[in-house]
Amino acid sequence: MFLKQYIKDVWGAMKSLATGMKRTGYYFTHHKEIITEQYPDNRDTLVLPERFKGEVVMIHDENNEHACTGCTACELACPNATIKIITKFDVDAETGKKKKAIDTFVYHLELCTMCNLCVEACPTGAIKMAQTFEHSVFDRSQLTKTLNKPGSKIREGVE
Amino acid sequence: MWSLSNIATSIDQWLNETFNPTLALILEMLIAGVAVIGLFAMLGLILVIMERKVSAWIQIRLGPNRVGPKGMFQSLADTVKLLVKEGMTPGGSDKLLFNVAPFVAMIVAMLLMAPIAFAKDFQLWDLNIGVLYISAVSSISVISILMAGWASNNKYSLLGAMRSGAQIVSYELSAGLAVLAIVVLTGSLRVSDIINSQADGWWIFKGHIPAIISFVIFIIAVTAETNRAPFDMAEAESELTAGFHTEYSGMKFALFFLAEYVNVFIVCALGATLFLGGWMPFHIGTWEAFNHVMDYIPSSIWFFGKTFFLIFLIMWFRWTFPRLRIDQLLNLEWKYLLPISMFNLLLVTLIAILGWHF
Ligand code: SF4
Ligand code: SF4
Repeated sequence: MFLKQYIKDVWGAMKSLATGMKRTGYYFTHHKEIITEQYPDNRDTLVLPERFKGEVVMIHDENNEHACTGCTACELACPNATIKIITKFDVDAETGKKKKAIDTFVYHLELCTMCNLCVEACPTGAIKMAQTFEHSVFDRSQLTKTLNKPGSKIREGVE
Repeated sequence: MWSLSNIATSIDQWLNETFNPTLALILEMLIAGVAVIGLFAMLGLILVIMERKVSAWIQIRLGPNRVGPKGMFQSLADTVKLLVKEGMTPGGSDKLLFNVAPFVAMIVAMLLMAPIAFAKDFQLWDLNIGVLYISAVSSISVISILMAGWASNNKYSLLGAMRSGAQIVSYELSAGLAVLAIVVLTGSLRVSDIINSQADGWWIFKGHIPAIISFVIFIIAVTAETNRAPFDMAEAESELTAGFHTEYSGMKFALFFLAEYVNVFIVCALGATLFLGGWMPFHIGTWEAFNHVMDYIPSSIWFFGKTFFLIFLIMWFRWTFPRLRIDQLLNLEWKYLLPISMFNLLLVTLIAILGWHF
């Protein structure tokens, strides 16, 4: 019946509004659990959540070796053309066979939206998201970075 | 005992002894005007900081905490900022209307202060149609909004003004009907009569079911009328930016902003007067001893306590509920609030005639 539905609607609306007010009322009366960070004051003790994404970096181990094969999957995955992979050919000293390898991993921080798609796309887990921030600089050319460290090479056994 | 009305009486006596009656009256009017403006300034400062603190608490943030102890001087700093900002009048706008509109908003708010009883025997003008006066004058504020939107020579401002206007005009009906419920119960439009009729209990308790229904409707309708969330259609994000006051800057914007907060105070004061007994202390029927203890709390504290409780309630709404769409907003008014309040008015009349209230 129409009237019954009408009263039910009003009652349901009042109840759902009360539910919302109960929630915010709880927050209002429990003002201990502040979730915001007092950022510039707490630089030393700043705790960033695990999923915070600051910039893309390449993982290097202690022997200055990384896992990037130069497959350009990340470059293809990036929606903003943030990554440019420049490859070269390594010549194997024993067999004399040529092998594709990375020369320069160019990363334009100023174009990156931190969408994480490149990290998802990488088959060898060579790159990850670092938790750095405060990226502002005076000259935007400083935001164009080379991610592979000078003299680094691919780790043995990574295909 | 210290009270606002004693102060007012002694000022009145002193003026009448020192000057002739006409001059004394003029001086009293001036003092009242200055007091109202001072009250507005105080309200602006207090309500802005209160709003920001309440929102921070509800959202588990800290809120302003830099200027002054616990950030309490933040709104003062904001005021200074607004004062030194450039007040621009866009080219192609209707200069006169554009510059007059914010003052119209403020003047309406000042006029509304007249019949409000702030404490026992402390009222600017206890006219015999007080409630009618408030509902009549408060509808003028829509003119300032339409004026501002029209004079800005900007499509978005005009659209925003039309939406605010439609909203205010439609919600005024429900607010008026909710107010009427109490008028029916009291049998008088005079503000002091309404307060005195609550000496043995506030109407929200005495009038039980219909009074509670009209109280809820009143709160919803005045939240919409003061253009506050969840009814702040004027300030939708993309297409309307800041609604009718998009083009305003500096102090002229601040006047609109202040008028909004003052209006919130006024409607809450009205709600406190009608439903919660105004300055009347908490009395229960014929419990003489209990009522006597309650009388020791000054009446102004009761009034401001109740008013700020209602203001807090409206702020609580703002930080809880999501904004309504324009069609939902008009649905709510025309399909739900208005029929319910009409039915409720019938119920109230029945109860008043049969004497079923306490
Ligand atoms: S995070 Fe997204 S935008 Fe940034 S480099 Fe990776 S794919 Fe490109
Ligand atoms: S970082 Fe990963 S996806 Fe990108 S080129 Fe290197 S191996 Fe391929």
